[in-house]
Amino acid sequence: MRRVSRVLWRPREYPLALARCLGLGAVGVVHVLVAALLLVTLLATATGLLAFLLLPAVRLTRVWTALARRLARDWSGVEIAPPYLPKPPPAVRQPDGWYRDGRNLYRTPRVPDFNRWMNWLLRDPATWRDMAWVVSYAFGGALPALLPYGLAGCGLVLAYGLGASPLALLAVAGPVALGVLAAPWVLRLHGLWLRVLLGPTERSRLARRVRHLAESRTETVDSQAAQLRGIERDLHDGAQARLVAIGMTLGAADHLLDSDPAAAEALIAKAREASAAALAELRRLVRGIRPPVLAERGLPGALRALAVDSPLDVRLDGDLPEGVPAPIESAVYFAVSELLTNAARHGGAARATVALSHDDAGLTVAVTDDGRGGADPAKGSGLRGIRRRIAAFDGTLALDSPRGGPTTATVSVPAGPGEPGPVVPVDLGGPPRWRRWPAQVCLSVFALPLFPLGVVSMVYALAYGPDVVWIGWLGLAGREWQVMITMVLVGIGLFAVGMVLNVQNVRAARRPTTPQAEFVE
Amino acid sequence: MRVAIAEDLYLLREGLVHLLRAHGLDVVAAVETGPELLKALTGDPPDVAIVDVRLPPTFTDEGLQAALEARRRVPGLPVLVLSQHVEQLYARELLADGSGSVGYLLKDRVFDAAQFVDALRRVAGGGTAMDPEVIAKLLASNARSAPLGRLTAREREVLALMAEGRSNAAIAQRLFLSESAVGKHTASIFAKFDLAPSDDDNRRVLAVLAYLNAQP
Amino acid sequence: MVAGVVAGHARAFARTTLLLAGAVVQALMSVGTIVALVLAVGQGMVFIFAPLVRTHRRVTALARRRALAWSGVEIPEPYEPPPPPPVPDAEGWYRSDRVLYKTPRVPAFNQRYKWLLGDPATWRDMLWIASDSVVAAVVGLLPLSLAGYGLAVAVPWVTPVPWPAVFAVPAGLAMTLGAFMLAPVLLRTHAVWCSWLLGSTPRARIARDMGRLARSRSDALDAQNAELRRIERELHDGAQARLVAVGMTLGAAHDLVRADPGAARTLLGQARSESAAALAEIRGLVRGIHPPVLAERGLGDAVRALALDSPLNVDVVVDLQVRPTAPVEAAAYFAVSELLAEAARDERAERVEIDVSPRGMALRITLTGVGAPAPAVLAGIERRIGVFDGVVVVGREGVGPPMITIELPQALAHTTEGTHPKMPLSKSIPVVLGWSLGWLPLFPQGFVAGVNKIVNPENRSWFLALYLPEPMQWPFIGLMIMLGTFLYGMATALPLLHSREHGTDACAPAFTYRRR
Repeated sequence: MRRVSRVLWRPREYPLALARCLGLGAVGVVHVLVAALLLVTLLATATGLLAFLLLPAVRLTRVWTALARRLARDWSGVEIAPPYLPKPPPAVRQPDGWYRDGRNLYRTPRVPDFNRWMNWLLRDPATWRDMAWVVSYAFGGALPALLPYGLAGCGLVLAYGLGASPLALLAVAGPVALGVLAAPWVLRLHGLWLRVLLGPTERSRLARRVRHLAESRTETVDSQAAQLRGIERDLHDGAQARLVAIGMTLGAADHLLDSDPAAAEALIAKAREASAAALAELRRLVRGIRPPVLAERGLPGALRALAVDSPLDVRLDGDLPEGVPAPIESAVYFAVSELLTNAARHGGAARATVALSHDDAGLTVAVTDDGRGGADPAKGSGLRGIRRRIAAFDGTLALDSPRGGPTTATVSVPAGPGEPGPVVPVDLGGPPRWRRWPAQVCLSVFALPLFPLGVVSMVYALAYGPDVVWIGWLGLAGREWQVMITMVLVGIGLFAVGMVLNVQNVRAARRPTTPQAEFVE
Repeated sequence: MRVAIAEDLYLLREGLVHLLRAHGLDVVAAVETGPELLKALTGDPPDVAIVDVRLPPTFTDEGLQAALEARRRVPGLPVLVLSQHVEQLYARELLADGSGSVGYLLKDRVFDAAQFVDALRRVAGGGTAMDPEVIAKLLASNARSAPLGRLTAREREVLALMAEGRSNAAIAQRLFLSESAVGKHTASIFAKFDLAPSDDDNRRVLAVLAYLNAQP
Repeated sequence: MVAGVVAGHARAFARTTLLLAGAVVQALMSVGTIVALVLAVGQGMVFIFAPLVRTHRRVTALARRRALAWSGVEIPEPYEPPPPPPVPDAEGWYRSDRVLYKTPRVPAFNQRYKWLLGDPATWRDMLWIASDSVVAAVVGLLPLSLAGYGLAVAVPWVTPVPWPAVFAVPAGLAMTLGAFMLAPVLLRTHAVWCSWLLGSTPRARIARDMGRLARSRSDALDAQNAELRRIERELHDGAQARLVAVGMTLGAAHDLVRADPGAARTLLGQARSESAAALAEIRGLVRGIHPPVLAERGLGDAVRALALDSPLNVDVVVDLQVRPTAPVEAAAYFAVSELLAEAARDERAERVEIDVSPRGMALRITLTGVGAPAPAVLAGIERRIGVFDGVVVVGREGVGPPMITIELPQALAHTTEGTHPKMPLSKSIPVVLGWSLGWLPLFPQGFVAGVNKIVNPENRSWFLALYLPEPMQWPFIGLMIMLGTFLYGMATALPLLHSREHGTDACAPAFTYRRR
């Protein structure tokens, strides 16, 4: 009973919910404008004359739907997963220094990246669903959110009809109370409804999983091939070269055996050292492939050995199940090894804890250190390597590393083939989001003054005389040319400012480790 | 004799330089990469070049390509190619121009410095030095061809050593035969292969290699 | 030719009549099914269920074959694969849920039961049998009754219509003819209808694709694991052991240099041959994991090198402008290598031709003159190339030599990424026309004309519709809108269809067309 009442009676929520409902209504008004802008842009695009407007239209849609999703989360408490396909990886530099896009080669990754990005935007069905939503929601989509106010309004109208009487008071009070009580529910229902429209569909979810599987398979295969190539290279430059050198030295020693025994002795000693070095190299190689201690002791034993070897004071907690498949054992071992190395080298830690746990869902290894923190998954190739390696088993790496520490890295590997890990947005650094906005706004709207209001109107004015309709609407008849030229200038100015800001942002966002240009969404 | 060396691993490069100097050879260039090699070979051609197949920057067959290119620009430039593995394909490419002065050996062959220097001198002198492994592969892939089937066991041995690039005298010494006996065997091999006999060691070897290579 | 067409129509007519007979059987079956289901669920006669489903599957299999043979509509089987046989645990018990059994019989039965019951295709089959008895009856009755009625109309003394014979005879004959013309169309329509219920759902397809992807990924992981173990073992037993021996021998030689140079020399010789042996072993190992010639020269020359080393007469034709990715190259190389080794063992093999060439985005390797390898070898190759959704086909063309074809779809996709397969001019011209002209009828002559007609009908401006007589104006505007929509639709649909046909549709999961 108390629970029910707690659910129904939440006094502190009502004012907030009412305000939010009103806010949704206001957003709905803006939405109509956005939808109109989108519709106009799309129509202009569809005529084929202003095809370049498509991109701003798509951008506008994404930004607007992202806002709607955020409102649903913050105001209605309904989490809506973005339904988009994952962003394409940046173009990769070929060994010969060119970037390839189809059959064209480019010096910089700018054009290939741009094309990939464009393909990604336009070929995603979610883009088109988003657009359909923007347009359809404009037709009173926000009205349900105003239901509490509508109820209140009804009450008022009713009361007005009844005149001054106690019944009128009831007529006002009833609907208003109902509206107030309904506000949180309306808000939540609105959020749920948005989720249906803006969330991923079952089909896109499945397609996403298939894509994830296909990608992780490709990555697995690629990294395996790279590993074998690395082994070959190590052998070629290491053991093979040393063996040849040993043979050569021995040949020389043989030659000198009779004439200069002392020199021969020295050469033999050198060859012996070389054989010891070759052995050490081979051992290192083998350890990199599959540490012998892992084969001999299993994962728990191998982790204990790691703990002993580490310069940190490492404590091991918990245990692991028997019979973990060998590839997973290796991946977890290398992950822990890498994390401990990172903690010692970059984190300046003195102590670390490795917590092992397992249940039906899979196994989890959490490495916590008392270092400086501030670890950035984008920076270290080691963390990326771990992520790639465990992704082959649908595993995930979660990193929690506030500045000042402590750092906790959690590696979890599901028991069976599981869901793909959540898409964790990785902030690649660069300027804060708000700094990107002015550029976005400029680049999204510059076409409006430049073309329809400026150039196109000029062409029209030249062809049919200067009484351009829309300027007349503004009451500026007689000063058409000035207005049109101003519009063109405004458009060019917006474009220029947008470009300059964008270039600045891109420069700021670019880091030495990621030479590719970044396209801000 | 002026020798150029191309080898990217310091250990081996220095070892080779020592080995050659100890045998009284003059190492005029010791380079690491393909482009450097090409420059060294075409600028002031040495008497012979020792080239590792795999070189930076691409770590593919950069050395081999540079050597072939150098031989295209300086015809007959003696080149001894060294590698950690041998491929018939590369041997054929080296022999393709038919002018000799090429060698193709496994890196193991430097263990025996005297033999290695001997092979190097042979290459510098216009002869060939093919690794026994290449020859074994060449003979194995010709195993089903009829003329090879007609050879006696001894003749096969002689053929293999001849294909490696050794002179009659060297073959005789190796097989504990008299030189005239080796001469008889070679004549018989040439007859069975329908090749015109020749007295010149180098030309004879090239003819045999060309014959074996021509078999698909 | 005419006779063929006539025969075709006659056959289709006869087949629609057969459908009618099938409909009767199906109607009886669906009654039986309902009874059986009632018995199975209501009376607990669970054992009826499996035979029932089996019968249904046999009937629907027949319908699938029929659709293919009669109408050329291919309907793939939608069923989930049967469960693997139960495996005993360490103590020899068979487990089913929470109960342990001595024999595998009950667990196997339970699994089977769950499999049949859980597969949506089971229920779709039942739905099809019930509903198709009606649909097939309609499809079967329509031509038959039409032809019968037409004949009746045509024969003067039984004709049910009061028309003069001049009129009735041709009309009746036309009806009969129409029935015959209609039959193949109806038959095809029926087949398409069957494919809706008898084919697999997109969901099931995606699920199957996912299963395959996951399986091949774990295959790859296992294979790599085995490979790394092998490398580790070989290094451990080979090169490492030999290096230890070399070190020891050299230690002994070092001590003997002054005392006994002869013995030292022997030891040095030993150490040298030992290190030569170690080198040879590492060389062999490297050849097995990452052949140097492949790294240095790419797939084409690597296959050529294989051909040279083979005792067989091997001709190689390579037509590759670009290199596939390294993993694909390695898989293809090892597949060819294993097949050639197998062929060399085969006494009959003599001449082998290898063709390596691109097929669109796929890489196709054909080995002509190589017979079917041992099943284990074939399975190994399939596993190896399965990671790339590759396929091996063994067979021969007519009386030609035996052939093995390896196809690796998408192997060259990275080289044409982002570009569409080129459309022929016959398709690209309509697309360009659609995009460039679609706006003209749609907006100025369509929507805008309509708005103008409502708002200001006096101003005819350049709206063609408004120059027409009044009753024609709205239809014309509608026509224009339809024309514009059609142009845009065409311009959108053609490239989509084209890329779907040629397999580069990025929206569709990339491997649906990689199915065997």
